[in-house]
Amino acid sequence: MSTTANQKAGFGSTLWEYLTTVDHKKIAILYLIGGLFFFLLGGLQAMLIRIQLISPDNEFISAQFYNELMTMHGTTMIFLAAMPLLFALMNAVLPLQIGARDVAFPFVNALGFWLFFFGGIFLNVSWFAGGAPDVGWTAYAPLSIFSEGHGVDYYAIGLQISGFGTLMAGINFIVTVINMRAPGMSFMRMPLFTWTSFIASVLILFAFPALTVGLFLLTFDRLFGGNFFDPEMGGNVIIWEHLFWIFGHPEVYILILPAFGVFSEIIPTFSKKRLFGYSSMVFATVLIAFLGFMVWAHHMFTVGLGPIANSIFAVATMAIAVPTGIKIFNWLFTMWGGNIRLTSPMVFALAFIPTFTIGGITGVMLASAAADFQYHDSYFVVAHFHYVIVGGVVLGIFAGLIYWWPKMFGTMLNEKLNHWFFWLFFIGFNLTFFVQHFLGLMGMPRRYWKFLPDQGLDLFNLISTIGAFFMAAGTIVFLYNVIVTQLKGEKVSGDPWDARTLEWGIPSPPPFYNFKQEPLVRGLDPLWVEKRQGNGKIQPAEPLGDIHMPNNSFAPFMLSLGLFIAAFGVVYQGSMWVLAAIGFAITAGSMLYRSMKDDLGYHIHKEDLEKEGDGSNG
Amino acid sequence: MKGWMSRIKAVFALSVLALILSGCGEPFLSALQPRGEGAAMIMELMILSTVIMLFVFLVVMIIYVFVVFKFRQKKGQEDHIPKQTEGSHALETLWTVIPIILLLILAVPTVQYTFALADMNPEVNEEGEENEQIWIDVTGKQYWWHFEYEGLDITTSQEIYIPTDRRVYLSMISDDVIHSFWVPSVQGKMDVNPTGNQNEMFIQAEEEGLYWGKCAELCGPSHSLMDFKVVAVSPGEFEQWVEDMQGVTGEEVPESDTAQDGQELFSDNCLACHAVGSSPNKVGPNLTSFADRDKLAGVFDFTEENLYEWIDTKGENMKPGNMMVDAPYDLEEEEIYQIIEYLMTLSPSEITPESAENGVYQDSDLSNLFPEEEEEDDEEQEDENDEVEDEEEE
Amino acid sequence: MADDMLKSGNLPENPERATLEGRNKFLGFWFFLGGETVLFASLFGTYLALRNSTVDGPSSQELFGLGLVFLMTVILLTSSLTSVYAMYHMKNNDFKKMQLWLGITVVLGLAFLGLEIYEFVHYVHDYEFGYTTSAFSTAFYTLVGFHGAHVAFGLAWIISLMVRNAKRGLNLYNAPKFYVASLYWHFIDVVWVFIFTVVYLMGVVL
Repeated sequence: MSTTANQKAGFGSTLWEYLTTVDHKKIAILYLIGGLFFFLLGGLQAMLIRIQLISPDNEFISAQFYNELMTMHGTTMIFLAAMPLLFALMNAVLPLQIGARDVAFPFVNALGFWLFFFGGIFLNVSWFAGGAPDVGWTAYAPLSIFSEGHGVDYYAIGLQISGFGTLMAGINFIVTVINMRAPGMSFMRMPLFTWTSFIASVLILFAFPALTVGLFLLTFDRLFGGNFFDPEMGGNVIIWEHLFWIFGHPEVYILILPAFGVFSEIIPTFSKKRLFGYSSMVFATVLIAFLGFMVWAHHMFTVGLGPIANSIFAVATMAIAVPTGIKIFNWLFTMWGGNIRLTSPMVFALAFIPTFTIGGITGVMLASAAADFQYHDSYFVVAHFHYVIVGGVVLGIFAGLIYWWPKMFGTMLNEKLNHWFFWLFFIGFNLTFFVQHFLGLMGMPRRYWKFLPDQGLDLFNLISTIGAFFMAAGTIVFLYNVIVTQLKGEKVSGDPWDARTLEWGIPSPPPFYNFKQEPLVRGLDPLWVEKRQGNGKIQPAEPLGDIHMPNNSFAPFMLSLGLFIAAFGVVYQGSMWVLAAIGFAITAGSMLYRSMKDDLGYHIHKEDLEKEGDGSNG
Repeated sequence: MKGWMSRIKAVFALSVLALILSGCGEPFLSALQPRGEGAAMIMELMILSTVIMLFVFLVVMIIYVFVVFKFRQKKGQEDHIPKQTEGSHALETLWTVIPIILLLILAVPTVQYTFALADMNPEVNEEGEENEQIWIDVTGKQYWWHFEYEGLDITTSQEIYIPTDRRVYLSMISDDVIHSFWVPSVQGKMDVNPTGNQNEMFIQAEEEGLYWGKCAELCGPSHSLMDFKVVAVSPGEFEQWVEDMQGVTGEEVPESDTAQDGQELFSDNCLACHAVGSSPNKVGPNLTSFADRDKLAGVFDFTEENLYEWIDTKGENMKPGNMMVDAPYDLEEEEIYQIIEYLMTLSPSEITPESAENGVYQDSDLSNLFPEEEEEDDEEQEDENDEVEDEEEE
Repeated sequence: MADDMLKSGNLPENPERATLEGRNKFLGFWFFLGGETVLFASLFGTYLALRNSTVDGPSSQELFGLGLVFLMTVILLTSSLTSVYAMYHMKNNDFKKMQLWLGITVVLGLAFLGLEIYEFVHYVHDYEFGYTTSAFSTAFYTLVGFHGAHVAFGLAWIISLMVRNAKRGLNLYNAPKFYVASLYWHFIDVVWVFIFTVVYLMGVVL
C-alpha cells in the first residue's frame, strides 16, 4: 500500500485507492494536486489581469470579464490554492511530527478534502454557466445582491461547501494535536509547524462559522427573497462587511501562521541550531491569533464607523506588530552563530524575512486609521497583501513543499532548478508588487479594469506586468522540476537534509502505518536529541505489536458529490429542484451508511510487521 | 570586470532616480502631492509612519545581512555543530519593548488625526467666529456622481465646485451599491453607502486646481470609469459661479435655430432623467453646466464625436453596464446633432474648470452666500468683498 | 480488541471516553460546538441589527405572545433533562432505560418542533408575516429557523441511533455516539434559552 506498491498497481486500482483513502499522507497528496491545480488557474487569471493593465486604456478584455477574473483570482488563490496547499503540508507532516500513526478523524479528514474539491469545482463551473462571480472576492452587498446571472450564487454555495470541508479539517487537526501525541511529546516539545498549524486550526474553527453565516444570508437574499442586505426592505449592507471580515481577518492568520511554522522548521535545520526563543515563539503565535480576532474593522476604516471605533481598531491592529516582530528577531537570532547551509528551502526562508518585513511594515502603516483613508482600496493595499500572502504564505508553501518533498514522495527535487525557480519567482514578485505601493499612493484604486493615460500611472503598471511574467516563468520551472523528478524517481534516505524533528526519523516516504512502534520523545527536536545523545535513531515507547488502522471509505466522496449535485438544484430552482432532491438524498444516504455500519478498521499483525524487516523508527 | 560593474551601477542608480521622480505621480491625482488640508495631514502621518518603519526595516536588514554573511557555512566546516542557544531574556525583552514604544509614537498622532478628520464642526475664522458651513449632498450612482448644494439651490453632476481655503462639508449617500469618494490630492476617501448609512466628511483645497476624483469601491463593470472632478476656485470666483448657477432655470432659449430644435428634442427625449438647472431629478446626471465640463462622462475627451457616440449608443460600450442603455429614446443622426448643439449652449458661468487652472485669485469671505448673516454685516465689509483682488497663485 | 468494542455489557465507568476513538469524538465534538457558538452568535448579531427594521410589516410587539413560547421553552428544557437521565442510565449500563429516556426526549423534541411550525404558520396566516416581508422577518425566520433545523437534525440523529442500536445494545463503539448526540441536544437547548431571551422577551418588552 505504499507508493511503490501503487506504482506497480494498475491505474484503476490506484485511482480507487485515492478516491477512498483515509490515509493522511495520501490525502496530503490529493490536497497538493488540488491546490496546485487551482494555483495554476489563479495564476492564469492573474496573468490576464496584468496583461489588461500593461498599458493605459487597454481593451484586451472586457470590463465584465475583468471583474470576473479579478474576483475568481482572489477567491481561488485564498480558498482553493493557499489553504489546500497548507493542508497538504499539515496532512503530510503534522501527524509525523507528533509521532502519531494517524489523525484523530481519518474519515472526516477525507471528507474535508472532497468537500473542498467539489466546492472548488462547483465555483469554477460558473465560467461555463453564464459567467463567474464578478463582485470581488469580498462580495460586498448590495453589489453582490444586484449582480445579474448566477455567478454570485456559485460563489456563495461553492464557498459554503468548501468551507464545511475546511471547518472539518480544522477540528481534525485540533483533536489530533491534543489527543494523538506520542509519549514524551509534551506541548512545549512540539515543533513550531505543529504549533502554528494547531493555532491556525483553532482560528479556522472560530472564524469560518462567521463566513458560513454570511454566505447563508447572501444565498437567502439572492435565491429565496430574503432582505438582509436590501436597503429598501430595511436591510443593512454593513452586516455583510462585518461578518465577512470577522472571518476574513483571522483568515489572513490562518494562512500566514502555518507559513511561519514552515520557516521555523527550515531555519533551525539549515542553521544547525535550535530555534531561538522557542517559548516566546509559541507565545507570539498564540498572541497573534488572539489579537487577530479583534481587528477585523481595520478593513472598514472608510465605512464610516466613526473616529472612536476607528481609533480602537487602529491601535489594536498596531499591537499585532509586536508579536510578529518577536518572530522576525527570533529567526534572525536562530541563524546568529549558526552554520548556515544555503539549500533552496533555506533560500526561500531567507527571502521571506525581508519581504515579509516589508509586508508587516506596510501593515502597520495601513493600521494608522487616518492614513488608511488614502491607502484603503488602492493599489497600496494590493501591494501590501501580496507582500504578505505571496512573500509570506506562498514562499512558505514552496519552501515547505521543497523541504518535505522527500518525506512525501521519497524523491528529491532538483536543487539547481529549485534555485532557478526561486530567483525567477522572487525577482518577478518584487517587480510586480513593489511598484504597486506607489501606484496606490499616486491615485490608482484597486479593481480597476482600466487606468487612464496621462495620469502618471503607465510606467509602474508596465513594470508590474513584466514582473508577473517572471513569476509565471518561475512557476513553470517548478512544474518542470516536479515532473522530471517524479519521472526519474530516484529514492533518497529518510533524512536527506540532516534535520531535527521526528518525521525525519522514519523512512521516506513513510510506511502507511507511519511508526512501527510508537516513538519515545526525549526532548525538543527529538531526532537531533537522538543524534547528539543517542544512536541517531528514535527510541520506541512500546514493544512491537499489532497496529490498528482505519478502513478506506467511498462515503466521503459520495457525500460531497451529493452536495455538489444538490447545489445546482438550489441555484437554478424550478424543475431543477429534482437535482437538489437527488443530491441531498445521496448525501443523507452516505451519512446514514456511515452511521449504520460498524466500521472498526483492521489490524496489521505483529508477524507481518516483523517480516517487513528493519523499517524501524530510523 | 570592474568597469562593467560600475556601468551597471550607474545605470541602476539612474533608473532608481527616474523611478523615484516618477514615483510621486501627477499633482492632480497623487496622494503624495497633497493640495488640501486633509491630504496634507495624512501625508504627515504617512511620512511619520514611513520613517519609523524604515528604521525598523534597517535594523532588521543590518542584522540580517550580517548574519547571512558571517554565519554562512565555510568550506571544511560542514560538520561544525554550533552552540544550541535556547534564547535570551534580555534580547527578547528588548525587541518587545522597543517596538511597543515605536508603535506608541505612531498611535498618538493616528488617533489625533482620526478624530481631526472626522470633525464636522464649523471652522473658526480669524475673528474667532464660526464660519458658515457649505454642505453638499453627494449621491453616488452607477457610474456617476451627483451634487446638491444645501440651501444654495444648485445642482451639478460629475463636477463639484468648491472655494479654496475653506472646508466644504459633504453628506454622502448612494442610490444603488456602495461607492467610495476619493480625491487623493485633496482628501482621503470615504465610503458612500446606500440608505441608512450616511457618511460625512470635509474637503478643503489649499490651491486652486482641477483635481481628479475616483470611485474607490468596486461598484460594477465601469467602476474604473466613475471619475469626477473637484474644481477648486478662489472664493470670489466661487461666489460668482454660485450666482450664475442660481440663475439657470433650464428654460433659457438658445440663440441658433438648430439649438432651439435641439432643446425641443431634449425636453421630449432626455428631460425625464436629465435636468437643466437646479432640480431634485437625479435619474441621470444634471446637465446645467454641461458644456463647461472638463471631460465627457467623467473620463472621455470632450469632443463632438465622443458625445455623438454616447448619445447614439447610449454609452453602451463606453461605460459598460451604465443605466442609460435602458433609456427608451430613438433618435435620428440629425436629431442627435441638434441635441448636441443645444447641449453645447449649456454654459451658464464664466467660471469653468479653466478658471481653476489659470490661477486668478479673487478673495471673498463668502458671506453673500448666507443671506441671514449678510444683514448683520456692515456696508464697508461688503464693499471690500466686492473688490476683485487679482493675486498670482504661487 | 475489535471484538471488545462491539461487546455489550460490562462496560467501564465512562464508556464514552474509554477508547481513543471515543475521546477523540468527545473532544472534537466540544470544539465543533465552539464553532456552532460562533455561528449562532453571528446570527444573533444579525438579528439584533435588524430587529427594528420592520418596514411596513408587523413588529415584534405585535407578533409575539409569550404563552406559546413559554410552553415551548418548558418542553425543550424538559427534554434536555430527560436526555441527562438517558446518559445517567448509559453510565449505569442500563440500555433499556437509556432507550426509554431517549424516546421521551424525542417525543418532547417533536412536540417542540410541532409547536414551532404552528407558530410560524400562525404568523404567516394571521399577520401576513412571511419570510420576505421585511428585513426583520427575514432575520427572525433565519435565526429561529436555524435553531429549528438543528432540532430537526438532532431528532433525526437520536432516532437513527436508537433504531440502529436497538438490537446491538450498548457497547464501547456506540457509547460515544450516544453521548455526543446528547451533548448536541444540550447545546440546542442552550441556544433556545438565548433565543427566548433575545428574540421573544426583548421583542415583547423592548
